[in-house]
Amino acid sequence: MLKFLIRRVLTGALVLWIISMLVFALFFAVPNNVARQMAGHNATPTTIKLINQRLGLDQPLWEQYGKFIWNALHGDLGEDYYYQLPVTHVIAEALPITLSVVVGASIIWLLLGVSSGVLSAVRPRSFIDRLVTVLALFFYSVPSFVLGLTLLFVFYYKLTIAGFAIFPAGGYKPLSDGLNQWFFHMILPWITLAMISAATYTRLTRGSMLEVLGEDYIKTARAKGISERRVIYRHGLRSALTPVVTQFGIDVATLIGGAVITETVFSLPGVGYQSIKAIRNQDLPLILGVVLVASVAVVVANILVDLLYAVLDPRVRLS
Amino acid sequence: MTVHNVEPTDSVAEPDEPTPVAGEPIEGRGPWALAWRRLRKDKVALVSLAVIVLILLAAVCAPLFAHVTGHPPNTQYRQSGLDESGLPVAPNSEFWLGTDDLGRDILVRIAYGARVSLGIGLIATILTVTLGVVIGLAAGYFGGWVDTVLARLIDVVLSMPFLLVAISLVSILGPSMLIAVLVIAFFSWASVARIVRGQVLSIKEREFIEGARSLGASNTRIMFVDILPNVLAPVIIYASLLIPVVILTQAALSFLGLGIQPPTPDWGGMISNAQGVYQVAWWYLAFPSLALVITTVAFNLLGDGVRDAVDPRIDRLLAK
Repeated sequence: MLKFLIRRVLTGALVLWIISMLVFALFFAVPNNVARQMAGHNATPTTIKLINQRLGLDQPLWEQYGKFIWNALHGDLGEDYYYQLPVTHVIAEALPITLSVVVGASIIWLLLGVSSGVLSAVRPRSFIDRLVTVLALFFYSVPSFVLGLTLLFVFYYKLTIAGFAIFPAGGYKPLSDGLNQWFFHMILPWITLAMISAATYTRLTRGSMLEVLGEDYIKTARAKGISERRVIYRHGLRSALTPVVTQFGIDVATLIGGAVITETVFSLPGVGYQSIKAIRNQDLPLILGVVLVASVAVVVANILVDLLYAVLDPRVRLS
Repeated sequence: MTVHNVEPTDSVAEPDEPTPVAGEPIEGRGPWALAWRRLRKDKVALVSLAVIVLILLAAVCAPLFAHVTGHPPNTQYRQSGLDESGLPVAPNSEFWLGTDDLGRDILVRIAYGARVSLGIGLIATILTVTLGVVIGLAAGYFGGWVDTVLARLIDVVLSMPFLLVAISLVSILGPSMLIAVLVIAFFSWASVARIVRGQVLSIKEREFIEGARSLGASNTRIMFVDILPNVLAPVIIYASLLIPVVILTQAALSFLGLGIQPPTPDWGGMISNAQGVYQVAWWYLAFPSLALVITTVAFNLLGDGVRDAVDPRIDRLLAK
């Protein structure tokens, strides 16, 4: 167990190190015109040289990278080009917003996806199964920006016009402004993200449930006279959930790096929104910081998922 | 970027071998012929295929749309295409699906946009699969340090926050169709490679591979002639389900302003522009969205059909 953990953490660190090098090389080796962009069109070569000097862009690439990694290991991701704020500070500001979106949405999609998947698998080819399958396929195929904009059109625009100004056009209100405010700003982004992800979980749960319910031990459980409910939920669902857990861990981790599109559609200044802004400004330290933090989330989630596996399925030995 | 829905559904059920009629010779059928037979019986898959062919036709015949309506895709009709306050006009006899914020014909632009979506969807998928198959074959077949390096590389690519890195790359390299294809393929091959690698690991231990080797077959021959056909089934299933994912990714890039550059018509870009005026011009949001959703639904349904036809495991699952 301990050996397993140490090995996974080490390979995780290796993966992160390679990612940092790749991203650094990709972004910093490409000739960029940050200095020119910052200084404006009429800047003299001296100004540009000074800016490059101040940002450290005049040093050799490996030296820049060494400095970056050394500081990153000390929890310092540098400062962004435009506001000279520490990157960690910008990310820390944006993270609660992204977490608000992701945690809320993930609860909805997990409940919705797993329950509809089970409902579907318990009676294959019934009306409910077909309905669920069609809906899941539809939401799986809809781009999140189309769903988000449609929700805005109906629930913000049409409702407001009709005299029910319930949902805002977007933006974020922190919890300190009151639960109500926060909730109504969050609900449309939640639905957008949740409906699209739930579709994946419905399909995953249904497929995995069908497979498990065909196993011999389920027959045995039924033959022992255990109630159908208990067979399905205690014996079936538990092992059917293993692939769902993997997917969930990775999905949530990926979204920490920003529910980029949902945040853009609803103007939520979360991590994804900030990174789009950084990308438009070619603000390399901020991009690099966000990518690294997002990759850490994925790597950590992968390790957690493997640990959870062993808890859910006693046959799995960690080695 | 990965495809999630590779679990079986139940579109295929009945056994497909007809009872042999006396006197007729019984033909042997390969697995691909059998798969094609099953797919031909799957009505949903066939309808989806028909829809895809129609969209493909629209893309190829896009100039025909421009000819019939008399509206080239990038021409702005400031008189007839915009109302007196400069807003888009609703669908009418001149502009069948209305106009956009610059007074351009939405119908014609949707037809031209199909070229981008289908073009990138198909080309990026082919590139992804080729890359994934070659790397997966190499990793699984050679083993040893080759496998260690390639497997680690697969891990790295799969741990990268795809959309973030993709959009930063596109913004740095400059948005274009080629860059979009390359970036999508670069982030998608790893899943294919992982599937192929797993399959190769088990197949390369089988006797017929040993047989081929003892006959003096080269590594390349064993990899591509003996092993490849045996790993093709999961690859084809994955590829058919990857196409709609790629189309969605491309649309997302365009939506964020990092895909095809204006004025080239493209569905994601149209929807992004519609954000500003959807309150007064629902058609600008509705029709490009509809085109995109119909395309991805059709590809997903066809993909499901292909999966059931190539891998009819579900018969066993439902035979209780």
